[in-house]
Amino acid sequence: MAARRPNSLFSMGRKDKLFELSVMSVAGLTLALVWLLVAKMILDAQQSISEFGIGFVTGGAWDPNRDVYGALPFIFGTLVTSTIALLIGVPVSIGIAVYLSELAPPWIREPLSFVVELLAAVPSVIYGLWAMYALRPVMVDSIEPVFVALFGWTPLFDGQPVGLDKFVAGVILAIMIIPTVASVSKEAMRAVPDSQREAALSLGATRSETTRMAVLSYARSGIFGASILGLGRAVGETMAVTMTVGNANLISWSLLDPGQTMASLIANNWGEAQGLQLSALIEIGVVLFIVALIVNVLARLVIGRFMKAVPTTGGGI
Amino acid sequence: MREQDIQSSSEPDDEIVMPHRGGGKAFVVLALVVAATVVIAAAFAAGLLSTGASKESVTITGAGATFPMPLILKWADEYHNETNGKVKVNYGGGGSGAGITQIKDKHVEFAGTDAPLSASESAAYSLVHIPETLGAVVVAYNEPGLSSLKLDGPTLSRIFMKNITVWDDPAIGALNPGSTLPTDQITTVVRSDSSGTTFVFSGYLAVVSQDFDSLYGQGKSVNWPNAIGASGNPGVTQTVKTTPHSIGYIELAYAIQNQVQSAHLKNHDGNFVTPSPDTTSAAAASLGTLPSGDGDWSQVNILDASGADSYPIASFTYILIYKELYNNQTKMNRTAAEALVDFLWWAVHSDGQSHADEMYYAPLPASVVSGNEDTLNSITYNGEPLR
Repeated sequence: MAARRPNSLFSMGRKDKLFELSVMSVAGLTLALVWLLVAKMILDAQQSISEFGIGFVTGGAWDPNRDVYGALPFIFGTLVTSTIALLIGVPVSIGIAVYLSELAPPWIREPLSFVVELLAAVPSVIYGLWAMYALRPVMVDSIEPVFVALFGWTPLFDGQPVGLDKFVAGVILAIMIIPTVASVSKEAMRAVPDSQREAALSLGATRSETTRMAVLSYARSGIFGASILGLGRAVGETMAVTMTVGNANLISWSLLDPGQTMASLIANNWGEAQGLQLSALIEIGVVLFIVALIVNVLARLVIGRFMKAVPTTGGGI
Repeated sequence: MREQDIQSSSEPDDEIVMPHRGGGKAFVVLALVVAATVVIAAAFAAGLLSTGASKESVTITGAGATFPMPLILKWADEYHNETNGKVKVNYGGGGSGAGITQIKDKHVEFAGTDAPLSASESAAYSLVHIPETLGAVVVAYNEPGLSSLKLDGPTLSRIFMKNITVWDDPAIGALNPGSTLPTDQITTVVRSDSSGTTFVFSGYLAVVSQDFDSLYGQGKSVNWPNAIGASGNPGVTQTVKTTPHSIGYIELAYAIQNQVQSAHLKNHDGNFVTPSPDTTSAAAASLGTLPSGDGDWSQVNILDASGADSYPIASFTYILIYKELYNNQTKMNRTAAEALVDFLWWAVHSDGQSHADEMYYAPLPASVVSGNEDTLNSITYNGEPLR
């Protein structure tokens, strides 16, 4: 800021200077925190990094008795549960957002938006308990048997439903990311100028065509941003996943088999971990950071492509 | 679109991006928040530094194994009443490993652990072992229609190694003549967190099965094949109760209090034994001479103990304290050191042990109590014995 306005420091009042300094220091603190975090994690994971090298990422065992550690089952579990969460959560969220932004009369929109935003603030342990006591029986008794009957011939739904598996974890994650994705997407759609809608309508478009042509394509980058926020939550979610995913060190394509995510592995084992295991858990943290980074960069590249394809960018969140 | 930094670990509240709101007073609020944070942090730091034991009352702090935690908390409560509020005992749990780390670092005055220290460790730190109670690990199962289940060690280990995957396996059938066994797949339920319960259970499997010993071994967490992991004894109990066709292992108290069905296990003498405090005590009574408190406890083992009524998956759980309470830099004064030794004396004798039975822990056999007396009599403060 100061670089662009070289004289600003002199022309600013004392209040303004104080303001700029305080916000700058807070922003700088965030950056410093991220760097410290990464540096400290890599430092503390040194023992594990030098012991296992790249084999850590491809190793399948987590055996404190023999001091052999690998991250692959947990990377797998994280990616699978997050993917399920996005596949279910994003379409539902867009539906909610379209209704709230385009169709709902104000007397419904305001309270409903408020409720959706409120859901984002529910602690994850509450979602986890709800999943264990309310969602799990429904999944085992009604939903999973249907999937087994329909898709039991694929490796994805092979086995006996137990209700502590990647599928249930993915569903609860989807439910958890919906409030965030829906409310941010709604803001993006609300920010689409009415002139866009009017233009589409004047060309004879129906309401659904207007939504698709004018609103969704205009707000596309905002919706992608919202989905990335949801993905971030799904990848890092710990409590609710630990309570539903079954915590098994297992790579299985069947969504009905238990698995384990990186975050839940750390939560489960941190308490008593010592020595090499502690170092390996910290390296899991590093891997989680890298996976989150890769996923974000990939998503940004996708957004970049879409932004080029659609010249009318905007719809800031 | 505005650039956003997305961190996987961000809190849910942070993820809703609020629309920008201008406001000249923003920095005032910000400054106030920063100032308040600093003031509160300073107050906390000052508070922590000045917190010391007041003259009348003594606080003893421990941490470690969660296995005996309900009993230790009960003791703390009863002892607090019995001393008219003079002695307060805090026990933080956190797990055996955490307890050992904390007593080595001298952050606590006593530690609870289910796994004894190695000979070199107890010598290096001059810590003594005080076995304070006995626990048993129960094989809990949920198979509708199977009201009674008998298992032996080798079959149990094959179930948890996934060599036996269905309930109507011939090995289970041979142990349960007359029962109609269902054809369902067995779901094994284990602890997802590191735990003393797993240490005891895997220790038993390693004793009775060579294969288990070489493939998995005894440990506080085990690389179980394809098992559902649940956190803590309550988690495993709940999972077994709500998952048909499952089998898991939990501490005796949880099994009794939650009315989970438990398997009868074949003991060393060939009898099928129901898990209970009495059969657990019977296992401990089978022991010969025990080491002294400052000796090597790492070889003490009551798994698969001999004796007609001995329950095979039983174990001591220990309290660790320093042999010399003055030189350990725990900043313990003599009053606190005396209170610690008196509390433990009270706990291992009938006053404390009577609570063990009512909470489904097995009371210590007389031979173990007299060993503990010798140990507590040997504890010194600045070279002087405390009792």
